[in-house]
Amino acid sequence: MKGRDLTPPQTVGPFFHGLLREGLNMLVAPKTLGDRIRIEGHVYDGNRTPVSDAMIEIWQANARGHYSHPADQRVASLDPAFAGFGRTGTDEAGHYWFETIRPGRVPFGKSGDQAPHLNVAVSARGLLHHLFTRLYFDDEAAANARDPVLRGIPEDRRSTMVAKKIIADGKTVYRLDIVLQGQDETVFFDL
Amino acid sequence: MNKDFPPYLHEAYRATVLRAPRRPLIQVPKTLSEVTGPGPTVSAAASPDTDLTRNGGAGGEAVGERIIVTGRVIDDDGNPVPDTLLEIWQANAAGRYRHRRDQHHAPLDPNFLGFGTCLTDENGLYRFTTVRPGAYPWENHPNAWRPAHIHFSLLGPAWTSRLVTQMYFPGDPLQELDPIFNSVPTDAARERLIARYAHDVTQPAWALGFRFDIVLRGSEATPFESAEPSRAAKR
Ligand SMILES: [Fe+2]
Repeated sequence: MKGRDLTPPQTVGPFFHGLLREGLNMLVAPKTLGDRIRIEGHVYDGNRTPVSDAMIEIWQANARGHYSHPADQRVASLDPAFAGFGRTGTDEAGHYWFETIRPGRVPFGKSGDQAPHLNVAVSARGLLHHLFTRLYFDDEAAANARDPVLRGIPEDRRSTMVAKKIIADGKTVYRLDIVLQGQDETVFFDL
Repeated sequence: MNKDFPPYLHEAYRATVLRAPRRPLIQVPKTLSEVTGPGPTVSAAASPDTDLTRNGGAGGEAVGERIIVTGRVIDDDGNPVPDTLLEIWQANAAGRYRHRRDQHHAPLDPNFLGFGTCLTDENGLYRFTTVRPGAYPWENHPNAWRPAHIHFSLLGPAWTSRLVTQMYFPGDPLQELDPIFNSVPTDAARERLIARYAHDVTQPAWALGFRFDIVLRGSEATPFESAEPSRAAKR
């Protein structure tokens, strides 16, 4: 336990549109390194009703597995054309999307690594505190099987964090729905 | 989960009933993914817009009781969090948001956008000028009114420092009736969401001052990395 008591969270409410500056869900610039991908899905509540006022944020490593952050000191692998942060709101159908790149493998411990993943935070009216989860890729089965975070999740729930690859209009798209409650409820983390 | 934090399911706040996860949150190891975060990079690219009384875009000044909201952003070790971005949003003085889903029969103010940004200085200090927001009705229960509040969003130094919260005003009788405010389980923690009137911040013949300090989870310098999630590392 640290010395200072934390400021408690409160819901983002329905009126957070000021946070959604244009382009925040487009993480790629022309010079960004890596394979272009689209991430998309829907957010549902416990009745499988689309959540049309959720905010989804992502944080990811670049194509070489480097985070644009001072705690990641592998400076040689930084990509100046990639910050790794995205934010968007869901639309009336509960749909969200990001244009980004496939992240590289992030180290774990002294010699291991993690499967490619996006860190995901979900905020919404009715969520008194945001929710943390991750998005993994279904075409990384071997890396996923070794991933230190996925391995800590009950096996029958891991699929709620694994996006499915499809090819649409020649583009690589990974789809993942976020289910806040009920059947197929997404795994959320106690971080 | 921190004992001072609201539970996800708080039935008095009706929207939690179908949105709160019912399965327990799962402990996972804290890795480089969690001790890093977008805050430093996003903050470095931000251009502050700290005066909400003048950023409405119509060229004039917002109507309402002009206030200054200032405070320090520190981490749970008490260290200032410098150069970090705060984003705030709020209703206008009449209790109306500029948003298509806000149907409250109160006037919009063409000079009030209701959104602002600020970067903390090297001591973690931030400062906004705005107008005091009005209370507004909502549909949670009969005759439900939100107490006056300003929404705050901070990314902070790490992914785990992310904070979205609301600042309230001292002496507001609506607080004890508000299920969102009262979702915070302890008196001490609720108090931390209420700004203090600060006469030393008040500017003569100009604006009333309020102080609101924010404590974020710090960036633990090294990731906790073992194959098993740690119970000891958790708060
Ligand atoms: Fe509000």
